[in-house]
Amino acid sequence: MDLTILILQGIIVAATPLLFAAIGELVVEKSGVLNLGVEGMMIVGAIAGFAMTIESGSHLLGLVAAATAGAATAAIFAVLTQFLMSNQVATGLALTIFGLGVSALWGQGYSGQSTAPLARLHIPVISDLPIVGPLLFSHDILVYLSVALVVGVAWFLNRTRAGLILRAVGESHSSAHAIGYPVVKVRFLALLFGGACAGLGGAYLSLVQTPLWVEDMTAGRGWIALAIVVFATWKPGRAFAGAYLFGGVTVLQLHAQGFGVGIDAQYLSMLPYVTTVVVLVIISRDKARVSLNAPACLGKPFYASS
Amino acid sequence: MLRLELRKEPSRAMRYATPVLAVLLTILAGGIMFALMGKDPVEALHVFFISPLSDLFSITELMVKASPLILIAVGLSFGFRAGVWNIGAEGQFTVGALTGGVVALIFYNVPGIWLLPMMTIAGVLGGMAWAAIPAFLRTRYNANEILVSLMLTYVAILLLSVLVHGPLRDPEGLNFPESRMFHDSATLPILIAGTRANIGFVVAILVAITAWIVMARHVIGFQVRVMGEAPLAARFSGFLESRIVWLCLMISGGLAGMAGLFEAAGSVGQLVPMLPVGYGFTAIIVAFLGRLNPIGIVAAGLVMAVTYIGGEAAQIELGLPSAVTGVFQGMLLFFLLGIDVLVHYQIKSRRPSAVAAKS
Repeated sequence: MDLTILILQGIIVAATPLLFAAIGELVVEKSGVLNLGVEGMMIVGAIAGFAMTIESGSHLLGLVAAATAGAATAAIFAVLTQFLMSNQVATGLALTIFGLGVSALWGQGYSGQSTAPLARLHIPVISDLPIVGPLLFSHDILVYLSVALVVGVAWFLNRTRAGLILRAVGESHSSAHAIGYPVVKVRFLALLFGGACAGLGGAYLSLVQTPLWVEDMTAGRGWIALAIVVFATWKPGRAFAGAYLFGGVTVLQLHAQGFGVGIDAQYLSMLPYVTTVVVLVIISRDKARVSLNAPACLGKPFYASS
Repeated sequence: MLRLELRKEPSRAMRYATPVLAVLLTILAGGIMFALMGKDPVEALHVFFISPLSDLFSITELMVKASPLILIAVGLSFGFRAGVWNIGAEGQFTVGALTGGVVALIFYNVPGIWLLPMMTIAGVLGGMAWAAIPAFLRTRYNANEILVSLMLTYVAILLLSVLVHGPLRDPEGLNFPESRMFHDSATLPILIAGTRANIGFVVAILVAITAWIVMARHVIGFQVRVMGEAPLAARFSGFLESRIVWLCLMISGGLAGMAGLFEAAGSVGQLVPMLPVGYGFTAIIVAFLGRLNPIGIVAAGLVMAVTYIGGEAAQIELGLPSAVTGVFQGMLLFFLLGIDVLVHYQIKSRRPSAVAAKS
């Protein structure tokens, strides 16, 4: 029983950074922009959050720094793709390469250092309940924030006027522009939001999961987050399911390694990546379903001729 | 106010000028970065960009670094022109080194002139096989090749690691995770005695020239370009999209595999877990910097090699962290993509009427 709870808690810890990155990218893609730089924004968020927490001693300031750094990284992408009409795929790749480089440079002095992990909330009585307490009511604030984000984004996209405009921009930027909606501004803001979310996801790695700074510590999670968005067919609720599915695979293979199941650790470490490929294939197989749900202007540059 | 106006046709002059401008801007930004880090920018830039060109040994080292970049980037340029985004070249590089290296290890005590060609073929086939997975999954199941090829990179690096820790480990070694050293006829011939420059550079140049001819003169090159610039026209004129996807991934996978084998059989001389060092990713920048043109890629590969050698020199002489190289490479691609806008657009001052129309 204790082990089950431990594994489930582990899944939550593994899923939360993926969920942050995926929900941010989901909003970005809904606005019609494909930002492949999630990995770069996450890793910059990871070092920014870690460095700020070490320097100031405050986790809150660390998280603010992580979100700001993620958004600032995204702003580079936004300027290049929205104002200078650069190719989104190439710019996203550049953002990842740049982010990995900048974070490694910034993190030189911090490798090997450690900080106290973000505190877990303790609510009297409720947190002490058996099973439910440790499972649902004794996590750090970011876990709850990530769940709130899913609900908030779902509400925003489907129930608010601003969300409707964002989706309109993603479906047909020319029509949205003709009606008078500010296409570039909407996309810019969506990108900043996506960057801030990715930054928080990165900070979750360096402030909760490890809590350490290690070069390249995102290890492909940004790319898995991109796959989760496709898996979710651009629906926030399913992104939640996707993040927890991948979190589950990650944690189960770690426990399998711990038990020594007689398979080399490297083979088990392949599992999250192989799962991503398998899941992508299963979802993408149905061409009609993907094209029905994907924003129609995803990845296309927008140039207002008048 | 300034605004961008679409050119009637892309500017040829700008197409050639923007890579040069991007390099200059990167050097400028690099100088500012060094100054912020408390180093003398002039000295740092000298170490970074001039010292790699100052003596014969450094120049041969440039060739060592540029060869894999050129090979991989030439392969990628086909796909990037057609809108097939293979970004898992690092994985194909790793698998190519592995399959070619296994051939060398099987014949570890059998010298022969046939060995190196056989290893090269095995390396190319290994890279192709690894690239065949995203090709198959995209053409058959519509799965995004960007994500699939990238995920397979992580799998390939883990695969190399597990094999070098296990079955391929040197049985006569000290239990280190490394294979036997390749013997003389399984390593690439050295071009200039006393240096590490090997025949791989010559092959890379020949491959680039061949690719240039194919891209400019052969129907394959034509189809690739049409597919990228006018996918609908390509479909109407009967080019099979799936054929082009396969073709692009086989070319890029095969060349990445060759680059991997050349790295293992060249400057490394054995299989080690740390063999993949990011050439597959840097080659993406090289491909763009070279304008997706094989001849341009040769020049771009040499420029990018300077950042590696300069980065190493800066590490030794100035105590700058090696991560500076990555920052330089990222900035270079940003600047290039940013000022590339001038190829298709020109800067015009905004006319009052346009302001009134709330552009």
